[in-house]
Order: sequence, then structure tokens, then C-alpha cells
Amino acid sequence: MRIFAFIHLLVSIPHGYSNYVETKAGQFFSSGHTNNWAVLVCTSRFWFNYRHVANTLSVYRSVKRLGIPDSHIVLMLADDMACNYRNPKPATVFSHKNMELNVYGDDVEVDYRGYEVTVENFLRVLTGRLPPSTPRSKRLLSDDRSNILIYLTGHGGNGFLKFQDSEEISNMELADAFEQMWQKRRYNELLFIIDTCQGASMYERFYSPNLMALASSQVGEDSLSHQPDLAIGVHLMDKYTFYLLEFLEEVHPASQANMNDLFKVCPQSQCVSTPGHRTDLFQRDPGSVLITDFFGSVRKVEITKDTINLTSPVEPPIQRQVEHSFVADISSQKPKQKDWHPPDGFILGLWTLILLVFFQTYGIKHLKHIF
Amino acid sequence: MNERQWQSTDVEVNRSDGTKNSETFTPAPAKDQFQEELVIRPLHSGDIYASFQFRTLWDTDFLQEGQKKVSHYRLFPKSLGQVLSKFSVQELHISFTQGFWRTMQWGQPFIPSPPGAELWVWFHHTVSDVDGNWKELTNVLSGIFCASLNFIDMTNTVQPSASFKPLGLGNATDHRFLRYATLPREIVCTENLTPWKKLLPCGSKAGLAVLMKSEKLFHSSFHSQAVHIRPICQDEQCTSKAWELRQTLNVVFDHYTSGQGKKEWSLFKMFSRTLTEACPLASSSKVYVDITDNPELFELSPATPLLSQAVVLGDRRTYSVYDLTRAETFGQLRSFNLLLRWKGDNMLRPLLHAERYVAGFGLQTGEIHTVIYNNHPYRAFPVLLMDSVPWYLQLYIHTLTVTSKSRDNKPSYIHYQPAKDRHRPHLLEMLIQLPPHSMTEVTVQFERALLKWTEYTPDPNHGFYVGSSVISALVPSMVAMSTNFTQDQPLFSSFVPVKEESSYFVRVYTEPLLVNLPTPDFSMPYNVICLTCTVVAVGYGSFYNLLTRTFQVDEPSPPLAKRLANFIRRIRGVPLLA
Repeated sequence: MRIFAFIHLLVSIPHGYSNYVETKAGQFFSSGHTNNWAVLVCTSRFWFNYRHVANTLSVYRSVKRLGIPDSHIVLMLADDMACNYRNPKPATVFSHKNMELNVYGDDVEVDYRGYEVTVENFLRVLTGRLPPSTPRSKRLLSDDRSNILIYLTGHGGNGFLKFQDSEEISNMELADAFEQMWQKRRYNELLFIIDTCQGASMYERFYSPNLMALASSQVGEDSLSHQPDLAIGVHLMDKYTFYLLEFLEEVHPASQANMNDLFKVCPQSQCVSTPGHRTDLFQRDPGSVLITDFFGSVRKVEITKDTINLTSPVEPPIQRQVEHSFVADISSQKPKQKDWHPPDGFILGLWTLILLVFFQTYGIKHLKHIF
Repeated sequence: MNERQWQSTDVEVNRSDGTKNSETFTPAPAKDQFQEELVIRPLHSGDIYASFQFRTLWDTDFLQEGQKKVSHYRLFPKSLGQVLSKFSVQELHISFTQGFWRTMQWGQPFIPSPPGAELWVWFHHTVSDVDGNWKELTNVLSGIFCASLNFIDMTNTVQPSASFKPLGLGNATDHRFLRYATLPREIVCTENLTPWKKLLPCGSKAGLAVLMKSEKLFHSSFHSQAVHIRPICQDEQCTSKAWELRQTLNVVFDHYTSGQGKKEWSLFKMFSRTLTEACPLASSSKVYVDITDNPELFELSPATPLLSQAVVLGDRRTYSVYDLTRAETFGQLRSFNLLLRWKGDNMLRPLLHAERYVAGFGLQTGEIHTVIYNNHPYRAFPVLLMDSVPWYLQLYIHTLTVTSKSRDNKPSYIHYQPAKDRHRPHLLEMLIQLPPHSMTEVTVQFERALLKWTEYTPDPNHGFYVGSSVISALVPSMVAMSTNFTQDQPLFSSFVPVKEESSYFVRVYTEPLLVNLPTPDFSMPYNVICLTCTVVAVGYGSFYNLLTRTFQVDEPSPPLAKRLANFIRRIRGVPLLA
């Protein structure tokens, strides 16, 4: 009896294994996209909007690190912060205070910069209606098997996003542009992330299929900035993108993190505003969508020395390694020589001292005027 | 698994005598060579000037008719080669500069450039539509260099008649094939350096280009990167033509911002890197240090026995040469770091320099003053001044005055092309004779135009830029310049072709101008709408009320206690309260 059970087990193992092979092979051919694109836009001008450029560059950095090459990224920065004359450290844009992380780096290609970042150019890039002399690096050459990530940041309001302090794009225009892209088969799936005040209003009007959207705040709420750096003198990042960057730094090309994890980034306790998302137009379940489907360019490469017959059971192959091709890693950030920054408790201690001296001099009875 | 056999393919090679034979493929002998060089020159103000030059020389012809299209690129970058052949470019000069070259403190640069972006191109004489080619070329270059060169259009392009002669081979004297444009507002940052570095054969991985780290390069007083492409003669008799691509990067490090006040320099301090090897694809890789003022002014280590003399910019200078292709340059640590220590101060008097500024007040009129100084003690020489002013500064040429030593100085050649609104800028070229040891002032009055509200930039209160003036001159030289054409000349002294021994060619750029145009108040439409709506609401509303409102007397309802009391009184039958 036992021998029969054992033999039965032995026979079923190769069957089970062949099922495993078939499901793996089935999964191999089931993903919908073949290439990845990213359009990253910063719409604000002037030195005090440093944080919007830092936001965009952090997403650029993550996207490049996870594999999307420069030729597939359209980066639009409305002003130059790195070589701005007010920048105490030229050719750098920092995202963390005390100058820990330089998101500008040494290998960056900005496609649209300065006055070129306009609503017209943005919509032309999305819809592909560019003049014939536009160079390739400024075009979004996506096809119907492309997954596109679109990231916008800047100042916005209920239903609009401000470009460079002189014009606006409305949520209806954006929805129509995406519909044009759908009709021209310019995307397979599209992830839209926006980090502005009242960002959720920008995705309310979408009506094309296969769109997923995330925003940093709901209608009526403001998105807040994270932390200022005392040496540079401006706020370095916005809260939502700061925590998004922290989340993305944990992601590597073989990671299995999915969209549900992305929706949990920056809850209200950290962000003060309530991030929102919209998945009703998206056909797959967000739990089955990998982060690297949009943020990375993961090529499904499987190296094998055997032929695999997909219709009939196969012998279990001896060694099978599924490799994902990694893009060359970007230069690691060495800890920089830190300038001295005053400790955070300094201001607090100073005020405590002032209050103590005050009450000592004038007596405790003045306490009722404070509280 | 079947093994793949790699076999050499048989290729039919078309011989020049017309016979075809198929033989095994042999690679053609390399017809291109690459040289790299770094010149370090301590400047008299205590700053230090580093000039990188990378030259690729390619024995081929993009433009010859009847020849097969070039398809194999080895050292010459393919992106530029395709641009040259597609747009039939004879010469291309593009530069991106951040900062202004201070001639009074630093002397003359090896390769001058104006602040912002400058592009000038000579097209081949077979081109029929030069303007169309120019427009497409600027767009393609904006994609290659990540710069907004697509803002170059007919409103800021000029065709100088005399100031920009071809620097390479070219009998093109027809200036219809020349186009010149400058974008003084253009910012230079790492995004321009990245594609520039990728054009080099070794990239930024080996050779002198490893020193180019953006965090140090942009923390400087002056930074300029340029690409110069021109056809040159291979030898003295000019039997064959070759294409030369020079990529230059000039940077001046300020001893206050980066040196912490101490006049002590090393390669590591300037670039935060040292050299470890030469580029393997380079036929020569050298570092020159200008030691003409050694030992009174500074000391240099490590010492080297190799010395070289060169006449450059009218002056005979001595250089210490470090050859990076030799292993002993790197010493035992396999790393090469240069150290310079300053000892004293000295003043400098360049022979030719210029300044420019805007005079006047208010937002309607103004005056442009260009001041040119000739510091030669006894020689007078002519200079060619080229001014390209945008159309929205309307120049009044009848107010143009040129004075030297408080006397009128009439230019011997004037080429003036007036501006056309929204179509063409002003172009003024004058040949002025500068008397010895004098100051010449050129003034012209202008009026500011009011632009249409859509033509203003998103930040109009910043101001509008006017590109630098260009002053080209053959300055008499104290030392005889060598007209010898040798391949072994260092790169920095062979950039400008020398036609005669007694003078050298110099190009001086003035400061760009920043003028404020009368700017409308862009919030006015919003204000007007608010005000009008308020006035209409208040006026019409009041009028409507007057006509249609009626008044009625209304008894106020008594309080609850009174109502209750009245109710009880009614039941009792007693008269009610008031």
C-alpha cells in the first residue's frame, strides 16, 4: 500500500512540475506591456519653488534606477535650480535636509527646460502632434504596448494646474488628451501621479480606459511641503513625494511590490493631506499590478538551454534561472562632508529659556495671560 | 544544442579600377585619430584657468558628391556626423558659457565665447534653402545638447558680412551661407555637460575627461564648453582634406570660492579627482602647465624635465609638459596630481579689451555705450565691431557716434541692416581704427517697444537680454607668430590659423545687456472684471430695488410669555395685552 502511494507520489511530481512550468510559461506571455515610458513634469518657476524641481528629479532618479533609459524619459523642468545663482552648492539639487541625497546627480538629461515647459508643449508631447523638426529625445514615441508613467507637480487648484505662473491646464483638457492617446493607441496602461494642492480634482474627469491615478490631496485640501534646509534656505521636497521617494528607494527591479502598497504611501498622519487614488477605469486588479510595471523597465528574460514544449509535459529541467536584466547601477551616493547645521532642539531650548526668565522676573501670576 | 559557427562573411569590394573581386573582409586602416590635452594657466589675479581640448581628426569627406555615404564611425561621434551630412554643414561652432570672461584680470582666453549659447554655422555652397536647413539644424542640436536652441529663429539670427570668416578651409566669401545666433539667456548645467561628455571616444571613463565632475566644474567663475567642427588641410600642400572636431572646455576657478583664499592649487582641489591613465584611444594625451612666470610667481610639483615653448596670443610662453601616455608620469601611486603654490602678485595689461553698458533712465529710451580700449603703447590697429540688437530695442542710427580721444572717429566700413518688427534683429558691423593707447566709445540711442501681451515671457520683470557684441581684430604681436603648419603643435596654439607673423587674431566679447521693457500689469484683466462686476452689481442692483421694491408694515410677533398670557386671557375673556 505504502509502496503504491509512494509510486503514485513519484509519478505525480513530474506532472505537478510540468504544471508549474506551464503556469510559469503562461505568466511569461501574459503581461500586457513591452516597453515603458515616463513623462515627468515640473511646472513651477522661481527659486522658492525649488521643491517642485526636487520632486520631479527624485521620481526621475527612481525611474532611471529601476531601468527606464533616458531615451524613454521625457523630463520637463520649468526652471533651473541646480545652476541657479542662488544655489549655494551649484550643480546639485537635494531632497533631504543636511544635503544627504543629491537627486540631480552627474548623468541627467533634461528634454524641455525653462520657457519650453508650456501647456501646449506638454499636450503635444502626450498626443504626439509635434512639428516634424522635433528631435527624438523630445518625443513620446510610445505604442499600444507601452506602459506610461506621468508625474506632474507644481501649484494647482480645484480643477487646474498652473504652468509657470502664466497659464493653466484644466482637468478636462487633460482627460481629453488621454482620450486622444487612447484613440491613437499610444498607451497600454497609464499611471498618473500628481502632487499639487487639491490634486484629486485633476483626475476626476478621466474617462478613458486603463488609467490609474494617484493624487497627494483631496479637493479642498492643500499639499504641504516637507522640510526646509537652513543652508539652502528653501523647502526641499513636498511631503507626498518625499514619502514616495522613501518607498521607491526600497523597490528594486525584481521586487514584487504592488499598487496596493503604493496607495498606502503617506497616510494622513504623515502627509496631513489625504492622498487619493482612482482605479475604476483600470482593468486589472491593483493588487496584481507590480510597481515595476510602471516605474521600471523590467525585461522578462529567461535564459534556458533546453527547448520547452508547451503542449505536452516536459522533463524537469536541471537548472533554470530566470534572470531579469538589470541596467547598470547609478553611482552610489557617498555620504558627503556635512556642513554644520544647528540642532533641531536649539530653537526650542531658546524659547524655553526666554519663557523661564520671563516668569522668574515677573512672577507666575502672568501665566493666566498666556493660557 | 547545436554549436554556432562564426564565419567570416565574404564581401565584394568595389575597387577604384572598376574590377570586382570578392575576398575576405579586412578592416580598413584607421583614418581617424584622437588627441587630448589640458592646459593649466595660473592667472594673475590668483585664479586658475584650465582648458581642455579634445580633437578628433578624420580623413573623410561628408560633402563630396558621388561618394558613398559614410556609415562606419569609429572615433568621430555618429550623431554629429549625421548632422553634418544631412544639413550640408561646412563649419559648425557652438558654445555654452556660464559667466563672463574678465579680460582685465585674466588676460585673453584660448577660445573666446560669450555668455549664454552661441551658434554660428557656414553651410556648403550647394545648399539651396539655407534658412530651412538652419531651422532644422537648431532643432536637432537642441535635442543633442539638451538646450533650448529651438528658440533660435529669424528674430535673433543675423548674417554677419565680415566678422565671422571661416576658420577652416573654405573659399566661401558669400555671407549668405553664414548664420549667427546667440541666446544670452541660456543656462548651462549638468544636463548640457552629460551629452557633451558622451561625444568623446572614451566618454568620461578614461583620460582627461575623468576630471569633469559637474559639482566642481559649475562651482566656478567661468565655465564654457564648446564644439567646433571644420574641414582642414592634412598637410602643407593641402592635397587631402580632413574633418576636425574640437571639443573644448574652459573653466576658471576662483580662489575665493573654491580655494578658501589660499593661492594653492592642485588637480584634486580643482576637480576632486586625479588622473590615473590616458584615454587608450588617444594618440597623444598631454597636460601643459604655463610656467613662464615661474619661479618668481609660483612653484610647481611634481617637476618634469619636459618643456615646450609656444607662441600663443602674441606672447612666447613656456610650458611644462606631462605626457600621460608614458607610465612614469603617474609615479608609484599610479595617480597624477599636480600642485601649484603661489608666491606673489602681478598686474596685467591686455592689449585689447572692451566693455558695454546701457545708460539712461526710465522705460522709454536708453543709450548703448560700447567702450573699446587699445593698450598698445604706439601701434594703432583696426577692429571690427559687430552688434546684433533685438528688434524690440529700436535703434536710432542717426544718433550713432564713435569718438576716440574726444574726437570723432569715422569708421571706414559700415554694414547696417535695420530690424523688421518681429522678423529680424538689427545688425551693425563697423571697422574702426583704434588710435594707440586710447579709449574709443561707440554710443547709439534706442527706444523700447511695447510687446504684445502674449509675447512676454512668464517672468517679464527679469528683463530681456541683448547678446554680447563681438570685436574681432588682428592685434600686432610683440613676438613673431609661427606660420609653420606642423601636426605636432599643441592644440591650444593651433586653433586659429595664423596667416602672417606680425599679428594674431583675437575675438573679444562684451557683456550681454539686460534691459527692462515696459511691462503691462498682467493682473489688470482680473482687476477690471472684478471692478466692473462690482460696479454693475451695486449700480444695477440698487436701481432695480428702487423700481421694484415695495414696503409693508409687519407686526413683530410677541414673545412667548406674552403669547401664553394672551391665550389664557382669551380663555378667561379678559382684554388682551398690547
